[in-house]
Amino acid sequence: MIGSAPKKTTGDTAFLYGQLRLIRRTEERIAEVYSTDAIKSPVHLAIGQEAISVGVCANLTKEDIVGCTYRSHAAYLAKGAPLNEMMAEMYGKSAGCAAGKGGSMHLISKEFNVLGSSAVVGTGVPIATGYALALKQKNSKNVVVCFLGDGATEEGVFSESLNFAALHHLPVLYVVENNGYAIHEPLEKRQSRPDAICERVATYGINTVRIEDQDIFRICDESSAMINRMREGGGPAFLECLTYRWREHVGPSEDYDAGYRSDNEVADWKQNDQLDRLAAMLPNDEFVAINSRVEVVIDQAFAFAEDASAPAREELFAHVFAE
Amino acid sequence: MSSPSDIMPDGLDTLHEPARTLSYVDAIREALDQEMTADERVFVMGLDVDDHKAIQGSTRGLLEKHGSDRIFTTPLSEDAMTGVAIGAAMAGRRPVHVHIRMDFLMLCMNQLINIAAKSHYMYGGATQVPMVVRSMIGKSWGQGAQHSQNLNAMFAHVPGLKVVAPSNADDAKGMLIASIRDPNPVVFTEHRLLYFTEGYVPEEAFTLPFGKARICAEGADVTLLGVSNMVMECLRARELLAEQDISAEVIDPVTLVPLDMETIAASVAKTGRILVVDNAWTNCGFSAEILARLVESGAADGAKLRRMGFAPTTCPTTPWLEEHYYPNPATVAGSAHEMVKPGSDWMPDPERARLTYQMQFRGPF
Repeated sequence: MIGSAPKKTTGDTAFLYGQLRLIRRTEERIAEVYSTDAIKSPVHLAIGQEAISVGVCANLTKEDIVGCTYRSHAAYLAKGAPLNEMMAEMYGKSAGCAAGKGGSMHLISKEFNVLGSSAVVGTGVPIATGYALALKQKNSKNVVVCFLGDGATEEGVFSESLNFAALHHLPVLYVVENNGYAIHEPLEKRQSRPDAICERVATYGINTVRIEDQDIFRICDESSAMINRMREGGGPAFLECLTYRWREHVGPSEDYDAGYRSDNEVADWKQNDQLDRLAAMLPNDEFVAINSRVEVVIDQAFAFAEDASAPAREELFAHVFAE
Repeated sequence: MSSPSDIMPDGLDTLHEPARTLSYVDAIREALDQEMTADERVFVMGLDVDDHKAIQGSTRGLLEKHGSDRIFTTPLSEDAMTGVAIGAAMAGRRPVHVHIRMDFLMLCMNQLINIAAKSHYMYGGATQVPMVVRSMIGKSWGQGAQHSQNLNAMFAHVPGLKVVAPSNADDAKGMLIASIRDPNPVVFTEHRLLYFTEGYVPEEAFTLPFGKARICAEGADVTLLGVSNMVMECLRARELLAEQDISAEVIDPVTLVPLDMETIAASVAKTGRILVVDNAWTNCGFSAEILARLVESGAADGAKLRRMGFAPTTCPTTPWLEEHYYPNPATVAGSAHEMVKPGSDWMPDPERARLTYQMQFRGPF
């Protein structure tokens, strides 16, 4: 519960840094191993965007719910869900969080309340909204955080879901990770007013905040305030965070030579990398200790995934229907 | 109110121990009421479920008894509302999402096919989607192109969805309760013209099994397999055939997914002939599926196979064209007669082939 504290302690910074570092290094390791074909799953890396998941999820309890996109590694890990099961999932093993049947795009954690992520843009938005309806029906104090991309704000279900959430005062925080591109198409080619997403949302009577610099402490504080209001029945809220995808849409590489964007764009974001920023705020011994702990955890997760057993053939027909 | 024997063809009224009679629509309403009373997780949502018409009466009284938190209308947002129902189901609730026409399910397809059907599998069993999608098929009185479609074959095509199409009040109640209690998404299809039909229905809450076909009436010469309201048409055709000394067995699969092929195959083994009468188009349809399975399994060896369904065109509103669009007891009986007595061109008197429930109905929908 970091965001509820207005002053940042070293402990808060270390926690946030550890989360950022875990996600960044996990994805870098995924990119390194990707060419070996050990991971037989498309991967949508969140490198450069981690601060949003980490900043928002720092305000959540284990019982709170997170819905995420197919670029879901960051939110899954930020919510505290196990790395071992994520890696086993990407390796297609039975020990994976979806028994190997979902891959990188369909991460889920029942224990840590990560809703299954979907590969069809925007489809998770009404699902998360429905989960919030169930929380309201149960008089729960828990909340749902629904991560989505800028592309999803163009889908019909986005508007439909916001209207319904506002109408029923549902405890759901929509967080747009606006990285400016849907695959390779920039926002300017897709929306008549690309800077007016919040304005559009506000017409539903939903409180909105737009953060343009990816300041992790501000993300943390703004989302904390929104979530606290939601826990008291304040209804839905909307947070738009500008960010930037450092790698290609899908796959392990950079693609600044592809012609649709230039590496000038990423330069400013790299200057403003929250991982580097927090690293510089930590005492050196703590910085070193966190880094080495992260590497151990990742080593263990990759080993776990490699050693885990492949699903038996009869698993093909398991779980078509629930019993 | 007519007595059940006036409304129901032979067959259905002998299926159960005598109990009180109930209409199909009241059976649905009673099933919802009893499940909402018994299980606080059950709720009903959908456009107009709480208005004065109450989805042709099928949700009447539920608002007054259970309150607006348990039954509420939705925005005209079928896509997102289907997702909301799915999300609530994943969170442990038991939503019943109601659509006054099945045609509107086209607006729900992404959520139903990409999420509801797949979630239990795609997430390795980590989540379940216990939801019911109720929808109604219309017919006649100008229902036309976009109010008359039965799209069950589309849903049956995709693994992960159960598909139910009850033809009578007893099945409507027992299967709706079973569907609400089932841990899977269930596409529950009702037929508007069946709403008035009455049958013996137990008063207490009860379930009927998925994947168990009903032998509605026994026979020796030909099997008539009807789907949804076509069961009624087949039962009337059976009466007409009996006057020609042809004994028809009438089977209702009740649930399209899962499908009870055992009962169907046993009937074909007995009669040597099967006429599948679907309330849908035949192309790539449920009727093709049944016949293909019979052929593949060898159950059709030496048997005569035939099917009927909607004419391969769009449903017109004008009655002068629509009367040639649907199978009816006369065309079903004529076709079955020809299967049993090849070369015959017997057709029953169309006036005698009309069904009571069609004569009763005067619209509007």
